[in-house]
Amino acid sequence: MDHALTATKQEQAEAAAFDRRDASLVLAHVLLAFGALLLGGVAGLLQGLVRGGVITLPGGIGYYQLLTAHGVLMALIFTTFFIIGFLYSGMAKNMGGALTDTARRLGWIGFWLMAVGTALGTVMILTNQATVLYTFYAPMKASPLFYIALALVVVGSWMSGYGIFSHYRWWKKNNKGKMSPLFSFMAVATMLLWQICTIGVAVTVLVQFIPWSLGWTDKIHVMISRTLFWYFGHPLVYFWLMPAYICWYVVVPKVIGGKIFSDALARLAFVLFILFSVPVGFHHQLTEPGIAPVWKYLQVILTFMVIIPSLMTAFAMFATFELYGRSKGAKGLFGWLKFLPWKDVRFFAPFMGMLIFIPAGAGGIINASHQLNTVVHNTLWVTGHFHLTVATTVALTFFGTAYWLIPAVTGRTLTPKLNRLGIIQTIVWVVGMLIMSLSMHTVGLLGAPRRTAYTTYQDYPDALGWIPYQVVMAVGGTVLFVSIILLVINIVLLLRAPKGYTEYPIAETAETAERTPRILERWGLWASLVVVLVLFAYTVPFAEMLQHAGPGSKPWVTW
Amino acid sequence: MHIHKLEKIWLVIGMAMLAVFLGIVGVSAFAQGMQPPGGGHHVIDPDKVYETPPFDNPGLEQIGDKEYNAYVVAYVFGYNPANMEVPVGSTVHFQLTSADVVHGFQIPGTNVNMMAVPGEVNHFSHTFDKPGEYLILCNEYCGAGHEYMATRIMVK
Amino acid sequence: MDKRPKAQEHERHSLKGAFVSVLLLGGFIAVSWFGVFLLFMSRG
Repeated sequence: MDHALTATKQEQAEAAAFDRRDASLVLAHVLLAFGALLLGGVAGLLQGLVRGGVITLPGGIGYYQLLTAHGVLMALIFTTFFIIGFLYSGMAKNMGGALTDTARRLGWIGFWLMAVGTALGTVMILTNQATVLYTFYAPMKASPLFYIALALVVVGSWMSGYGIFSHYRWWKKNNKGKMSPLFSFMAVATMLLWQICTIGVAVTVLVQFIPWSLGWTDKIHVMISRTLFWYFGHPLVYFWLMPAYICWYVVVPKVIGGKIFSDALARLAFVLFILFSVPVGFHHQLTEPGIAPVWKYLQVILTFMVIIPSLMTAFAMFATFELYGRSKGAKGLFGWLKFLPWKDVRFFAPFMGMLIFIPAGAGGIINASHQLNTVVHNTLWVTGHFHLTVATTVALTFFGTAYWLIPAVTGRTLTPKLNRLGIIQTIVWVVGMLIMSLSMHTVGLLGAPRRTAYTTYQDYPDALGWIPYQVVMAVGGTVLFVSIILLVINIVLLLRAPKGYTEYPIAETAETAERTPRILERWGLWASLVVVLVLFAYTVPFAEMLQHAGPGSKPWVTW
Repeated sequence: MHIHKLEKIWLVIGMAMLAVFLGIVGVSAFAQGMQPPGGGHHVIDPDKVYETPPFDNPGLEQIGDKEYNAYVVAYVFGYNPANMEVPVGSTVHFQLTSADVVHGFQIPGTNVNMMAVPGEVNHFSHTFDKPGEYLILCNEYCGAGHEYMATRIMVK
Repeated sequence: MDKRPKAQEHERHSLKGAFVSVLLLGGFIAVSWFGVFLLFMSRG
């Protein structure tokens, strides 16, 4: 695949069935992702039942171990593996029809490094050597193998990114002067963001945690480690969100039979995500000491900038639906709603993700609002928030994608029956999540803390009042677990579905004479701007932390 | 780049709304003193907390009529001092640090909600207008006893 | 080549429904934000 293809041959290649070698790569990622989801889901179910006072855990497993497993498997493993699998599939599909050998090789190297890291990390967690939660805050000290496992996952993901960059460069070389297809542009943007933001967690893990946990250094600077983590931790959520947006911008319009509303604005949104999702980590540290208020507020302002591409996306989605509906004769303000394929899981699941993003995003704006953060920090409100964002908006979009992606790459059919099962699974998820998340938001406002096992704080009256909400959370969590089981069954059925052709839906743009500004694809420019913004937002407060550094903290194993 | 007229209007409205939010919290924080917890640098050796003033004498220190400093050390799994007591209407200036790992310090029903980070001292003030027994709980996972880590502050 | 500007291409069909939808979204954001703001002020 390292030779140039003529235009028609390229189109033919892209319309054809998936190359089996690419299919293996994609499927490996997707299946590992859902394996992690299942394991993480078992943990989540047990957590919900514990906090609801329904069960006590047997000896041999602790609440906080389950919580660590749940966070790592759901928020790091399920997400990263699905995203990389999905991005590789789209790169293959819309750039040449198949991956170059180099890209595929890098993809496998990345997969195996990440898989080994995942296995190692999971073992550490389950053997109670890393009960530090997925944020692994210092100076709690896990086994060095846990941090090494994390490093393997991150470095593996870099290899995956290089494969995607390599395939992109190959296509650009063989298609000189052409604008990259939208999916690939967005995939590159996503992995570029990932590369930039993982530097933070890589530095703290490699330079601070690993030597410290091995005993090579005595002390660790806690505020520096937290700051490096959250430099990574905020853009991490955009690493999750951008692939979901790829589905919304590129796939969903094709599924409904419409066109992409605006190619240029879609690319602009992704550039804005690259720029403004990085220099904002302090909004996760608003209640911490050691950061001057003016720098907290500055990063709050930058955080609000990153809301703008989502406001653009909201308009683009509604506009896509309305233009399609009106082209079919829809009348009135909302007549176009009737023309949407509600019974098609490839639309319905991502759409529910979009809908839920309304309260999800609203909650996020509140969280980032400087001193308002004290109302919600570390309460169950935050847990409610991220179960709407990553665990519904992103997850449902990924589920809705899997229903066609798995048969598309394996040469099987998304049958009407499987489609219906998918709709049911989606509805069960939404019901479970609304019950659980609404309860979490409410009891969080009443003060109930997150990341805490069952307690009534010695029967403190308000704390007793939180328990009924936690019972409702257990109900919601159980319903969600049922949905996970349904999903796993559906995936098994998809893998055994009748052979055939399932479309890989990639939409065309509605524009006719409009050209997308080429500046949007100048990656060097945008990467440089991110560097400038990061230096602007972090240099002074970070320097102050270094300057005022105390002796640091020794390791603590408090579990 | 062409942007549809209605999208332009939406984005202007959206950005104006965000600007209003930023303005409100900005004015409230910088002009009216309602900042989040923190307040710059106050460094301490986490291994020598109990030897370093003011935490060598943890507890309440009255500095005015109905005004107190509270020097609090968080540790696994409690707070020193435990069970504080102040008269109703008191303003308490909490100064908080940790003797070991990161802890939280949250008083449900109030805006008191801050991190106790070893090596740093955190600051936040609150006026207790209503009498009662307030719960102080740790809302940042700190180990096996995390869900038991709490104390009370009585406001009489 | 059809040089009809995008403005006309899109403005052939109304986007009023999309516009109202995002205004509703904006309204939700505003209401929820002020709700928490009032809660914050009442607890201060």
